[in-house]
Amino acid sequence: MSYQWNWGIFLSPAASGDGTYLSWMLSGLQTTILLSLSAWVIALALGSLMGVLRTVPGKWLSGLAATYVEVFRNIPLLVQLFIWYFVLPEVLPFGLGERFKQDLDPVTQQFVSAMVCLGFFTSARVCEQVRSGINALPRGQKNAGLALGFTLPQTYRYVLLPMAFRLVVPPLTSEFLNIFKNSAVCSTIGLLELAAQGRQLVDYTAQPYESFIAVTALYLLINVVVMTLMRHVENKTRVPGYLGGK
Amino acid sequence: MISIDNVSKHYGSFQVLTDCTTQVKKGEVIVVCGPSGSGKSTLIKCVNGLEPFQAGTITVNGVSVGDPKTNLSKLRSHVGMVFQHFELFPHMSITDNLTIAQEKVLGRNKDEARDKGLKLLDRVGLKAHAAKFPGQLSGGQQQRVAIARALAMDPICMLFDEPTSALDPEMINEVLDVMVELAQEGMTMMCVTHEMGFARKVANRVIFMDKGQIVEDDSKDAFFGAPRSERARQFLAKILQH
Repeated sequence: MSYQWNWGIFLSPAASGDGTYLSWMLSGLQTTILLSLSAWVIALALGSLMGVLRTVPGKWLSGLAATYVEVFRNIPLLVQLFIWYFVLPEVLPFGLGERFKQDLDPVTQQFVSAMVCLGFFTSARVCEQVRSGINALPRGQKNAGLALGFTLPQTYRYVLLPMAFRLVVPPLTSEFLNIFKNSAVCSTIGLLELAAQGRQLVDYTAQPYESFIAVTALYLLINVVVMTLMRHVENKTRVPGYLGGK
Repeated sequence: MISIDNVSKHYGSFQVLTDCTTQVKKGEVIVVCGPSGSGKSTLIKCVNGLEPFQAGTITVNGVSVGDPKTNLSKLRSHVGMVFQHFELFPHMSITDNLTIAQEKVLGRNKDEARDKGLKLLDRVGLKAHAAKFPGQLSGGQQQRVAIARALAMDPICMLFDEPTSALDPEMINEVLDVMVELAQEGMTMMCVTHEMGFARKVANRVIFMDKGQIVEDDSKDAFFGAPRSERARQFLAKILQH
């Protein structure tokens, strides 16, 4: 087999007529980053809320949060994506589904579905991390907060969560990395993120090696940046005299 | 000040407290002792509502602790509590540990809270450590900060839950000294402790608990002189031997 390497392909004009094949890659990269970051915001907010609810006294709230986790953790990501994108707009009440399909352009529809899907899927995992962080704290910490006159929400806000989040920075880093990698699944509903652009480039140029090497390198680059960032967060929030702090 | 009437508590079928009754008057120092598992920590945690109880009543300064309508946070904000494992907040500096509840619960402004906190820190002899974090202090130092943190809320009474039992022997005295001083100033105190020297020095009464019941509730002289129950005699003989 003889393969004609051609790294110059990225600089040749793209078949779409605007820009080069490199600009396809960069636009895919941009979509992947925007999608993952916005989904991460949802995952962190919702996951933290659910993680807190799993630890509060009272069976109702913790049961609700436990059910939430089991649902979103035990259905394959791909199936969840299809449900959000193909099924949900059909069954939403009050004409919301119709408005979703008619008022938004297709790219936005794909993006919103993918963002919500990734966000909810990851939030179930963040929830479990946050819960384990809270449960890892000595029980007396909660009592100490309450004994000083803090309400339960204040005890979480000032006493439990600041330490719980510090404890779970390393597992949260993995989830943050996962969300970028999982975002590649969203190419299946037609969203032109990084992996999809890579495949499209193969279809147009028949240069699969260059294309997928570039895609791989860009995913790696994203994750190196994320890891560096999270390590910085970990160092910044390290508590003196506690768990490897100075 | 604190009135405990016929309090009973159970976890499922396990009875933790049975029909406990006692009073703590303003300015009194009460020492609660007894073998482990006798319910003394549970009893003291019932006083500020950290542990719920199923029967009986507890009133603190006229407020019923078990009443669902009681604002427990407000009640707790002026009942100081010191724990076995200190429970300082590890992510905050010593100063912040002393000021956060003053600011967020009592609504004091930053400077006022800081002045108050530092004054109390000086009082427990740790002024130089204001900028440090709890993990950088010894156990005895942390417990003194914990006492200062409780005092910063201007409590009407103080609850101590085995304040010295997690400490190395050489640090016990520095904590007891602070507690003795407090007692001599007239603070109302309820202390779960096995430090009988402390009890002899400052206690007005000693309560002895066994299997969830208050077996003895007597003046310290009567208690140390001639405990009425066999169980208390055995207990005293064991802990006073060494």
